[in-house]
Amino acid sequence: MGGTASAPLVVLEGIAKGFGEGEARVQALSDITLSVEAGTVVGLRGPSGSGKSTLLNLIACILEPDAGRLALAGETVWEGGRYRRRDLRALRREKIGFIFQFHNLLPFLDATDNVALAMTLAGTGLAEARRRARDLLDYLEVGRRAAAMPAKLSGGEAQRVAIARALANRPRIILADEPTAALDSERARVVMDLLRQVAREQRAAILVVTHDEKIFDRFDRLVSLRDGRIESELVPAKAA
Amino acid sequence: MNLALRDIRHNLGRFLLTCLGLGLLLGVALAMVGIYRGVVEDALSLPRALGADLWVVEEGTRGPFAESSRIPGDVREAVARLPGVREAGAVTFQTAEVARPGGGVLRLQLVAYEPDRPGGPPVLTAGRGIARGRFEMVADRRAGLPVGATLEMGGQRFRVVGLTEGAVSSGGDPLAWITLRDGQELQFRLAPPAARRQLAAGGGTAGTDTVNAVIARVSPNQRVEAVAEEVRRWKHLSALTAAEQEAVLTQSVVARARVQLGMFTVVLLIASAVVVALIVYTLTLDKLREIATLKLIGARDRTIVGLVVQQAMALGIVGLAGGASLLFSVKDFFPRRVALGPEEVTGFALLVAAICLVASLLGVRLALRVEPAQALGG
Repeated sequence: MGGTASAPLVVLEGIAKGFGEGEARVQALSDITLSVEAGTVVGLRGPSGSGKSTLLNLIACILEPDAGRLALAGETVWEGGRYRRRDLRALRREKIGFIFQFHNLLPFLDATDNVALAMTLAGTGLAEARRRARDLLDYLEVGRRAAAMPAKLSGGEAQRVAIARALANRPRIILADEPTAALDSERARVVMDLLRQVAREQRAAILVVTHDEKIFDRFDRLVSLRDGRIESELVPAKAA
Repeated sequence: MNLALRDIRHNLGRFLLTCLGLGLLLGVALAMVGIYRGVVEDALSLPRALGADLWVVEEGTRGPFAESSRIPGDVREAVARLPGVREAGAVTFQTAEVARPGGGVLRLQLVAYEPDRPGGPPVLTAGRGIARGRFEMVADRRAGLPVGATLEMGGQRFRVVGLTEGAVSSGGDPLAWITLRDGQELQFRLAPPAARRQLAAGGGTAGTDTVNAVIARVSPNQRVEAVAEEVRRWKHLSALTAAEQEAVLTQSVVARARVQLGMFTVVLLIASAVVVALIVYTLTLDKLREIATLKLIGARDRTIVGLVVQQAMALGIVGLAGGASLLFSVKDFFPRRVALGPEEVTGFALLVAAICLVASLLGVRLALRVEPAQALGG
């Protein structure tokens, strides 16, 4: 896994990505250079079409870059026009946790098993996975809802369970796509404080795509994208 | 953690309703298999009930079921004298429609035989065998006649003295045994006006000692085929072994019915496969976001494929169990035999499993093409 306390866990160097061919080609990202250190929460903001989601997909190894270098948790994943790693799903299982806009909990599993599933996919036995899942839910203060089905959870509870799932395999990198979009201001701040707590305590690098101005002050750094390029990079106090 | 079963449990009502529909379809398909098998068993029921090793019939025919056959009654004695023949009996067959006691019409396949000679009813389940020379009858239970019931045929009143079980003709009509003399009179004796007319025309009154076939049982140490060859040397007779007679029945007498039922069964199975494929495809469509999420969090393809295939198999298993249960509870009310033994049910279950497996491929293909990125965004 690698990565010291100050070593960057996400490294992008000169990353570029375009879609389409010829005159129809759209350059979604150009010359993106960015690093996220352990223990920090970085926000990615920008107008629609600025390249936020593309950047998140690239880091998640769902989209392949056209150029540049991508390194995750000390391992160069993409460089020189190809992936250096074959099994990208295993990479995601081992190194990356995901938090979604609408939590994306599996509706047919209760809160405990939604969290335990991520661990069983990584090879943990079911009993052990469930025990750890309950610990995680307790840690995120939603343990009393461990047996509830997702449909019975409030938005805030569901997002906490989703965060627990993202943390299940102790990933060094957490990618969050608009995690507070479906929450009111207070719950949004609670969720962001939780992410900050996770980043500090688990030495994780957290990258959050957001439009939500209410939570800008919760980031260690706020990166603004426009037209596929990094427009600015600010610390929250200055961003406000 | 079995995701397929958890998903089924979560949507149990919808799953069971789907299984109910599929079960009805599979039940009909299984019924067709049973009816198909029943047609074959019914066709073989009569010759097997008579327990003949050899059928001696009119020369150049494959009688008495596939073609008409008439031979003199005294052929029996000639056949009985052949080396290796243990016993022989003359038989006639005819279909009769008679007034059912209490109203309605009863259709019977009459088998006329010589009591104490081959051709009589197999094991009796009630009453006794024919003991008197005339006007007694042993009928199959399917005729719905109790012991002691009487029927009028050819101006005579026949009394049911015994019952058999499961003896029917290739057309599904219950068998009824009467004495050879009664059978010959019913079949060959002219009605009085016709007899008078024939006499007036100088034709004389024809004798009735004609039979449709002579059946023989051969000694265990004797080859049936060798005895059949011996009979075939006589120019006016043909001989079929029991196996040849069964082949004639299944490949000729009920061939069209078998093909018809077989084709209909195949159509139903294809329809079942299409239905299963559509159901699985729809179930997969409903789960695209979940599948994308699973892929994004690192689920292997085999987990995704397992989710789809196991649900397809569960649909098939539960559907088949429901359909088969329903069928077994009503099959005895069918007008024709629905013959379903462990062999047919097991074979059909394996076929359904194969169908579900193949039908799930469409859903598997869809699931494997889901991009993990679909889990992201609104």
